[in-house]
This record gives sequence, C-alpha cells and structure tokens, in this order.
Amino acid sequence: MIIGETPPPSGVFGVDAIAMTMRFGDFLALDNVELKVRPGSFHALLGENGAGKSTLVKCIMGYYHATEGNILIGGREQAIANPKDAHALGLGMVYQHFTLVPAMTIAENLVLARDDVPAVVNWPKEMKQLEAFLARMPFKVPLSAKVSDISAGERQKCEILKQLYLKRRFLILDEPTSVLTPAEADEVLGMLRDMVVRGELTILMITHKFREVMAFADEVTILRRGKLAGGGKVAELTPDAMARTMIGAEELTVQPLRSGEAGQARLELAKVRALDDAGTVAVHDISLTVRAGEIVGIAGVSGNGQRQLVEVLAGQREAEGGEIRVAGDPYHARREEMRRHKMSLLPEEPLKNACVGGMSVADNIAFREFDRAPFASGGWWLNRGAFRDDATKKIRQYRIKTRTPETPISALSGGNVQRAVLARELAGDVEVLIAANPCFGLDFAAVAQIHAEIMAARNRGAAVLLVSEDLDELLELSDRLVVMFHGELVYEARTSEADLTVVGRHMAGH
Amino acid sequence: MADGSIGLWTVPLAVLGGAIRVSTPFLFVSLGECITERSGRINLGLEGTLVMGAMSAYGSSYLTGSPWLGVLAAGITGALLGALHAGICSLPRVNDVAVGIALMLFGTGLAFYLGKPLIEPTAARLPAIDFGWWSDIPQVRAALRVNVLFLIGVALAPILYWAFRTTRWGLLIRTAGESSDATRAMGHSVLLIRLRATMVGGFLAGIGGSFLSLFYPGSWNEGLSSGQGITAVALVIFARWDPLLCLWASLAFGGAAALGPALQSVGVTSGYHLFNAAPYILTLAIMIMTCSPKRTLTGAPAELSITR
Repeated sequence: MIIGETPPPSGVFGVDAIAMTMRFGDFLALDNVELKVRPGSFHALLGENGAGKSTLVKCIMGYYHATEGNILIGGREQAIANPKDAHALGLGMVYQHFTLVPAMTIAENLVLARDDVPAVVNWPKEMKQLEAFLARMPFKVPLSAKVSDISAGERQKCEILKQLYLKRRFLILDEPTSVLTPAEADEVLGMLRDMVVRGELTILMITHKFREVMAFADEVTILRRGKLAGGGKVAELTPDAMARTMIGAEELTVQPLRSGEAGQARLELAKVRALDDAGTVAVHDISLTVRAGEIVGIAGVSGNGQRQLVEVLAGQREAEGGEIRVAGDPYHARREEMRRHKMSLLPEEPLKNACVGGMSVADNIAFREFDRAPFASGGWWLNRGAFRDDATKKIRQYRIKTRTPETPISALSGGNVQRAVLARELAGDVEVLIAANPCFGLDFAAVAQIHAEIMAARNRGAAVLLVSEDLDELLELSDRLVVMFHGELVYEARTSEADLTVVGRHMAGH
Repeated sequence: MADGSIGLWTVPLAVLGGAIRVSTPFLFVSLGECITERSGRINLGLEGTLVMGAMSAYGSSYLTGSPWLGVLAAGITGALLGALHAGICSLPRVNDVAVGIALMLFGTGLAFYLGKPLIEPTAARLPAIDFGWWSDIPQVRAALRVNVLFLIGVALAPILYWAFRTTRWGLLIRTAGESSDATRAMGHSVLLIRLRATMVGGFLAGIGGSFLSLFYPGSWNEGLSSGQGITAVALVIFARWDPLLCLWASLAFGGAAALGPALQSVGVTSGYHLFNAAPYILTLAIMIMTCSPKRTLTGAPAELSITR
C-alpha cells in the first residue's frame, strides 16, 4: 500500500513547522510561525478567521509552498511539493467542506479515494474488505447508502473514516464539528481522542470552539493575524486566557442588555409547507408565532429544512401550502408588503442571497429604497449622488471596510459584506427581522457587532426570527428556542429553561 | 394480403424500421454526450461533429474504398473536435455552452466547405445484416435490414452503464462531474479527465455522423443532418444521464422521425410536414412533462454548467 518513494514513518509521528513565512503578493499571511505537534498528541490550532490557520495547514499539506520555513515529519525534514507527497508521508486532511461526492455511495467514495483504484473494480470483493475494515473502526456507516442521503454527522464520520481507510496516521481536521450537534461532536472527537490515547494517531485540529479544546486537546497553538500569539498545554490554560490571546487588544461592540417584554404577535406561520430543489417536502406544516420584542431561535443541524423556510419568507421560494401573516395581513413576500411591514432579512451566504456581487457597495446598500425619494425622482430617474452620500454615511456608521463606495461588493471580506447587508437592513425602522446564520464564518469583531445589532432591534420592538446552526449563538440571543428536524418543529422551550442535552437530542431526531 | 400488400400494418412496421435506422446517429451522439456530460461538461458542438464525421467518413470511404476506414476517420475527426472543445474550455472564464455553439457552426461550415467535391461521387457504403430473411413480405425485410453500427451502439449502452459503476475511469468521470473539489482533493486533474471524456464523446458522435453518410440516407449533401446532433444532446437530459435510457430514448426518437414517411406510404398525405415534425413535438412534450421550475433535475451531474 505504500505509495511514492519515501515510506511513512512507522507508528505515530509528529509534525513540526519551523519559522514558516508565507507571502501572497504584498500580504503577509504567515509571519515566522512555529508549530510543534508531538507524536501521539491531540493538538488544537486556534485563531480567528484570517489568522492564518488554513494557510499554515495548507503549507503542511503541500497545497501552498511556504515562502520561508521548513516542515519536519517525524523529526526529518521533508520537501512536500503537493498533496500527493503529503499523503505518501501518511498525512491526511479532513476539510471543512465535504469532499465526498454526494451522488455516489459511501463504498464508491472510499474505494475511489485510494491511490490504486483497480481498472475494473471487483465490487463483491471490495465490499467484503470494506466491511472487515469497518468492523475494526469505532464508527459505523451504511456502505451502500448514497452520501446525499445520510446526515451531516454521518458524512463527517465518513470523511474521517476515509482518512483511516487510507492508513493516514497524522490527521489534520479543519473545523470538523461545525456541522454536528454537540452530542455528535463529542462522539466523533471522543473516538478520535481514544485512538490518539491508544497510540494509533496524531491529530491537529483547527477550531474556534474553546469547549472542544478544553475537553479533547492536549496542547494548543494560537495564531493572530499571521503571527504566533501563544500556546501551551491546555491543562494550564483557561478559555478566557485563550480568547484574549486570540483577539488581542481589539475592542468588541458591547451588546445591549435584553430589555422590554414581548408584545403582540407580529409574524405568524400556519402550516407552512415547502419543497426542496429535488421536489421532496423540506418544510412540513410549520406553525410558529413570533411576537414583537422577541427573538425566536430555530435550532437544527443544517439540511433540516431551515434554508427552505427562510427562502419562503424571503420570497426566493414559493410555499406549497399554509399561510403566513405579518401583523395580521396575509404575506406573500412581495416587495410592497416587506416595505409596508418594515421587514428586514439577513439571509445566509449574504454575498449570494442578499447582494449582487458585481455591483458597487453603494448600489447594494440602496437596494431596498433605490426607486424612491431621495434616491430616485418620479420612481425612475436615479440620483447617484444620493446613493453615494447614504452609502458613505452607513459605511462609517457600520464600520464597513471598503476602499470606496464604488468598489464591487464581491471584493469585500465576508464580515464586511455582512456589515453592508446589516447597514441596508437594519439602519431604518425594523418591525420584523429574519436572520439565517448571520455570523457564519465571521471574526469576533463582526460577530459581536451583528449580535449587538440584533439585540438592539429586539429591544426596539422588532419580532426577530433567528435561524442558526450555532447553538451558543441561539442560547445567547433568543428568548424562545425551537428545534427543527426533518422539516418539523419538534421541540420548543423558553431559552432560560432549555436544557442543552434535551435540545441536542431533538436536533439529532431522538 | 396478396402481392405483398399488408395494408395499415405498413405504418407500425415502417416506424419499427425507422426506429432502428434513424435512431443510430441519435444513439451514438447521445452516448458520447452522456460520457462528456457525466464528466461535468456540456458539448453542444456535437451537431458540428456529426456533420464533420459524415463528411470525413464519406471522403475516406470514397478515397480508400473501405467504409470501415471511413468510420474510423469519422471517429478521429470527432475526437479532434472534442479535444478542441475541451482545450478551449480549459482556459479560465470560458463558458462551455458558448464554445459548443461556436463549434457547432464551425463544424458544419467546415464540413460544407471541405465536402463540396464529395456531393457527386459515390462512396462504398456500410454493409447491413438481413434479419428479415424468414419473411416474404418486402416491408418486413426492409424494416429488419439492420446496420452493424446499430448493433454496436446497442451493445455499447449496457457496457457504458456497467463501466460507469465498476471501472476506475467510470468512477473518475462521475467524480469529476459531481464535484471538481473532490476530484482535485484526490489528486486528479479535472481538466484532463474532461478532455478525455470530451474526446471520447466526440469520437462516438463522429461515428454517428459516418452512419448518416455511409448507410442512411447514405450520401453526402449539405442537408444531411436535420439537427440530429443537437436533438441528441437534449435527449441525454431526458434520459437522465443514463446510457440505458439513452438507448430507449434514441429508439423513440427514431420511431417518431419515421412516422411522417410511414403515413405517406399508406396514403395519408394530409399533414405530412406536421408528422415530420413529430420528433420535435416529442422533444417539447417530454421537456414540458419532465421539467419543473421548482425542482432541479434528478441525476444531473452537479458540476454541469446548466444545472449549477
């Protein structure tokens, strides 16, 4: 099974990255960073978005070639020209985005990942070998199922199994639990931890969840803006100390206190039903009421119909049945209705769902009001000056980092795209706010700002429906929590009384 | 029933014969396109490839006297046109649909230009196997005169179906069509896989063209293909990218195309041109029945530019 010329070191081995510097043009992504992963340890790599974590591991895996610095594998210096070299040395990576092919079965995915796929695959023989391999593994997966039909948790297990099937001894995991329920995350990480303890594996895990670092990692390395900011044995650190090292001296927006009581029902859903792109029912007769001055959080693992529900509310998808009322009036996601009821939307993937990438920041900020005074005269003659003045004001107020208001919005970073959408959606009066994963992939400063804005909107009397895959975010912000599973609402509780283990169980469908 | 007259039975017989005869180019082009599209690329240029294949097959057969060398020449011409399509599409920010349309016009134009001297001469034609020897009825014999290329195409469909599941190449083509990220993560070159898949697709489409000029209708002229190439591309979509369904769909289209002439032969002359439009009406009908604005097509390769 050994591929390439350099055999992998036998047993577990460590990886050291010494004095790594990586330049992309003028931008210094890594500045003299040092990482030491001891053999047979569970090492966490912490840092904010853009801190250089991915760049560092991509240098180790051979996707990038570091401008300066060396990689030692098992104490020996190795030149890793491409991912194939890294694989041959026994290094494997589990990516944040799945690399399994959804339309193929798990067995096909596993066999295909091998370097020595036979020209004609003898399926009966391969299946027997795969079953024998699975019997030795801590997780079980249905080999003949299509990847598109299994849950996100099972997919993540398959990604890890694939690396073990390929006999990789050093695993790099890139935010492996971002799509899992807390219970699933604990199960997967616990099993990996056991393999590390048994001396079968070494793990380097990129994460931003302190809970997982504290529970599973032996050591941690913390990066900040491309520099080594700190690290050490996890047993000697606290989450607060790690957070301070990660963020540095940056000022975070202070979230206003929760104030005021919930008022009248503002957004009412009655037996709303919607299909997904494949034509199967994704949203199954959902009934839900959100009152003024209340944040209702919808928890759930991604792919349980949340996206389709938000698309119906946003007007991107037609409902198959049911009724939606806003402030008592029937609602069909028309522009006029949204304007009348002062509805705001923060959809997930804002660049795709809420912006036109090629248009300027100023134009994108003006979308809601572009054809009314003062932006337009008579409903058709656009006043470019008003666009620019309004955008300039909002860019300052919402701290959007853009070169000019005329810069295409696709040139902005994720956090700044979301800030621009925030400026458009929340600058005026808001009576109903629908937000879906508003902080996905953003750094602390942006997250704090968005959370503060959502809470402020609630305190001003807006009815907020917050759909999120991040339970911590929901527990922090929402007044009421519901869990969505297979398109149905399966659990509801006041957030102050919600039990995390019960919520997690419902997210997993038990 | 005397003197070989079989009355209205002529119609289903002619449709059956037509299904076999007319379907062959549909079959080859759709199987070729099936391979190309499963790799994540759409090649609309196959209409041009078909006509170029017909011209080069006719020319080669005329010059060498061997129709089989003509078939080979058509395949090679098709593979080269496929390589041209894949090569242009490998460049950054190139749209495969636009390139396909350009190559469709290029292929037909080039074939007409190079094929001018071939309109007059007669080339050696492909042989047929007589499966109707047991019958005295001329219509039955005519319907069952089956070309070898048709049989090859019929065999190819299950072979492709099997190959997509059980061979390394089949699995790699599907992976490239479903997720280019996954393909790259495995260390394979997506562009190389698509280049090869497009070349094989072009090869088969070229052979489909050779059938037109060397068997049915069996001569070279500029009106040889009436959009079979482009219809076959659409056919892959109805067939849900499944080679076996491509076979049935090709037969259905062949049968529909034979409806007009068959009805004319029994004296139904009113609406002749309307019946000739049957394949196109069938195209529209299937489109309307199977497509929905609310749904994506099941089975569509995820990397295809029309479904992404």
